[in-house]
Parts: sequence; structure tokens; C-alpha cells
Amino acid sequence: MSQEKIIEVKNLSKKFGSFTAVDNISFDVYKGEIFGFLGANGAGKTTAMKMLIGISRPTSGEVTVAGYDVKTAAEMVKKSIGYMSQRFSMYDDLTIKENITFFGGIYGLSRNKIKEKTAQLVSELGLEDAVDKLVGDLPLGWKQKLSFSVALLHEPKIVFLDEPTGGVDPITRRQFWEMIYAEAHKGTTIFVTTHYMDEAEYCDRVSIMVEGHIEALDTPKNLKQQFNVESMNDVFLKLARNVE
Amino acid sequence: MSIQVQNISKSYKDNFAIAAVSFDVKEGEIFGLIGPDGAGKTTLFRILTTLLLANEGTATVAGFDVVADYKSIRRSIGYMPGKFSLYQDLTVAENLSFFATIFGTTLEENYDVIKEIYVQIEPFKDRRAGALSGGMKQKLALCCALIHKPKVLFLDEPTTGVDPVSRKEFWDMLKRLQQRGITILVSTPYMDEAALCDRIALIQKGAVLKIDTPENIISKYDKTIYDVRTKNTHQLIQDLKEYPSQYSVYAFGEYIHYCDKTDDFNSIELENYLKQRNHTEIEIRVSKTSIEDIFMDLTTLNQ
Repeated sequence: MSQEKIIEVKNLSKKFGSFTAVDNISFDVYKGEIFGFLGANGAGKTTAMKMLIGISRPTSGEVTVAGYDVKTAAEMVKKSIGYMSQRFSMYDDLTIKENITFFGGIYGLSRNKIKEKTAQLVSELGLEDAVDKLVGDLPLGWKQKLSFSVALLHEPKIVFLDEPTGGVDPITRRQFWEMIYAEAHKGTTIFVTTHYMDEAEYCDRVSIMVEGHIEALDTPKNLKQQFNVESMNDVFLKLARNVE
Repeated sequence: MSIQVQNISKSYKDNFAIAAVSFDVKEGEIFGLIGPDGAGKTTLFRILTTLLLANEGTATVAGFDVVADYKSIRRSIGYMPGKFSLYQDLTVAENLSFFATIFGTTLEENYDVIKEIYVQIEPFKDRRAGALSGGMKQKLALCCALIHKPKVLFLDEPTTGVDPVSRKEFWDMLKRLQQRGITILVSTPYMDEAALCDRIALIQKGAVLKIDTPENIISKYDKTIYDVRTKNTHQLIQDLKEYPSQYSVYAFGEYIHYCDKTDDFNSIELENYLKQRNHTEIEIRVSKTSIEDIFMDLTTLNQ
């Protein structure tokens, strides 16, 4: 992990009428870091993430992602990042190959590049015999792995993963994290949200949002020390309990 | 017995959703169906709540047959499906009164059953259900499933996508409902919730891998699992997988869970091997086996 900042957030806020969803948060994420973005339901995670990926305008504050200001260069931000969520991953009624071609096209890759990427991705995932199968017919675990690879098609500097492993069986969940490790190793920054607290332990650093604020931000090891508990689950319970 | 399931199978076209599943749930028990998406949990719930017919097998709920006595079952059970199932454009109070009316009762008549949960959402009783937060929706859905004082409660993945704090609160509520004598069948993909059930069935791809109390499943497991940690986790996983006598290697929070094929595993040898591969800050110790370890082992053996 380097000391080069790839995401810089300063005094970021978002208000909806009189309700402040994100309240003056500041943090940096470094190149090649696996950054865990945690919080209770309704703590403001999704709202904050939407501002980082350039699809929601901040009420106030500064955000730079991969060197671009989200307020003035949102389109450049979108080109520099990959995004994967549990809810929307790929088109079920297109084949694996068609999905890759479609997303490659969206990201502006050339025809040759798409061909090359398809071959590479399919062989890495061991899906050679399945390229013409509909994505809808794949087991959930395969869909998640494929959709992670598709989010990386255009070789983004940062990939945002929104609860990528929900409902997946425990073995696939671990294989998925091994893919994340490998990608971070190549220098890609990983920004991930999850409700599995064991996954929080796999992150280089973790931030915990409570009611629009960032209540804690450090390595899992330091957080456990700071709160004098055994696991990230206990850190989370200590911080987020009794607020709603 | 509150629920009896005997050799229930269901297939969609050529795909088995569940294959010859059998188990019993005792009265007043919290019984957990533990398994990932696609294990067949929802299919089983739909058969037991009389919304789907099985291809084979028989089942009874609260003493009634799921086919012959389906109407009696519907009056005796509460069902909270996985997807939020309430009317989004009715308010909290309207949803409750709707479900009470359908079951021929009123909010007042059974208020004691839902009181403890309802007081938490009462301040929002005039808000449309669609505008509630995730945790509030979950509490409203539970109230609606309890409004007619059911004998058996079916909860299909009530905590999926819910944060750890709300999950803990939800399980506290279930324990209190159990004290009222309500039998609870609950499904979850979170293996750590298994320990909160009286008995569990581990299921994967439509088949039951094991049924017992969580304590027995752990104490009867005959393999030893080790916690291994070094400074470089990613490299550690790769290197452990290349260790000649490795049986399984899984990331588990801050440690890697390592299991060896041999009976005479020597942690010093493993430590030396890791040193040779330039690992530092090496730590190896016997781990506390969890349901998740056993689940992963059983699913691997089952494939």
C-alpha cells in the first residue's frame, strides 16, 4: 500500500430538506488499499458512496476521486472507477459473453480490447465452457465473481463494492475475497461495504459511520485495541448501539 | 411436535429445489435453517405455509396436514417472507389493522403479544410503510405476522442485509417470543446466528447436511482447526494452500483457519515452512471451531 491518496474527502455533507444524511465527514483512501466502509442501516453509507461515485451532488464539501473533483468532473470520475452492487450486477437474459461485450462497450473499450479482455476474464474464472450461457442460469456465487471481473474491465483505479457478498455461501464468499486481495495487490484501490464483520477484518482500514458521522477510522487491529474488544463485531456493537 | 417434515421434495422442471428433506420442530423451539441462497430454504417455507405443493412427502404444522388442512394452518401460523411484503402505500397503523381484520381480530385484542415491538414503531404509526427505514420495516412486518397470536412463526431470512446491531435486537425479540410459547422456524445465511437457535439444520443445494443442537454439532466434529496469522495475509493464504498436507485453508476474520490431513500435525514444522517462505510475526494456535467451519467442510465433502 502506498501513501498516494486516491480518494480525498473534506467536510462532505448532504442534506435532504431538513434531514442531514451525511454530516461533515472527512477521510482519505490510499492507492492499493482495501478500505471498509461500515455503518448501521440508515447511517448514511449509501448517500456518501453515491457522492463519491459522482451520481449525487454534495450539499457542501470537497471530494476528489482519482484526481478529479466530483462536482466539476463527475464524468471523468465515472471513467476512473468500477462499481458493483448486490442488487444490480448484470443482465440475466444476456449470455456471459454478451454481458462482457455490453459493459465493455459502455466503458468505451475498442472491439479488439473487448475480445482480448473477454478471453482473459473467461479463462481466469474457468468459464470457457459457459460463455454462451445466460447469466440468469448461473449460480449466485458465479454471478458475483463475474460481476466483479466486469467492474474491472476498463482497468479502473478504484472499484466500489456495495455489499458484494450478501447471501453467498461461505466458501464462495472467501474465494471472492481472495479475488479482492489479488486485485488490491495489483494496485487497484478497493472501497467496500459489508454487513459481515469477519470481512471487516480483511480490510486494511475500516471506517464506521453512525448517524451521518464517521465515528471511527483505523486498522481493524487498532480499533479492537482502542475499544478493548476481541472482534470487529464487538467494535461495531459498541459504536452503533442505542442509536436509531 | 409442532412441525413434522417427512421426505419432502420439490423440483422445478428438472431442477431439484429440495430433495427428500425430513426434520421435526418441537413445540416452543427456535429451529434454524442455515444455508446460503439457493439452498431451498424459501421453497421449504412456502410448502409449510401452504403456498406451494410438494411433489413428494408429507408435512404437518401445529398438528394439521399441509395439504388436507391448509385452512387451519393458515389460521395458526404467522409468516414473514424474505422480501418486504407489506403494503408500501398504507401507513404503519393501516397495515396492522389490515392484517388484524383479515384474521378476524383487532390490534387491541392481541396487543400484549406485539406490544414490546410495536412501541418501537408507534411514533411512526402515521408514516407510509414504504418510507420506513430497514429496521423499522422489519419490526412492522414482525408485528403483522404476530397480530393473530399464531402458534408457529415462520421467518424467512429476517436479518439478511441487516446490520449487526439490528440483527442482535431482532434475535432478542425472538427469544422473548419463544418465552411466550411460540414455536419459531427461522432461516438465515449468517452462520453466526446458528448459535442462537435451539437446534439447526444445515442445508445446501436442497439437501440437509446435518441436524442437531449447535453445541452438539461443534462438539462431535472430529477435526482440529488451527488459527494461523502472519504479517502478510494474502501471501499466507497462497503458501498454506501449497503446504503438502493441507486439508483446508479459509480466511476467518483476522486469522486463517487451517486444517491438516494428517493426525500427527506438527505446528513447528508448519512454522518452519512459513519462515522459509519469508513470513514474519508467525502465530499458530488451536482454533475454536465454529458452525461456519463445519458447514464449509460438509459442503466440500458433499460435492
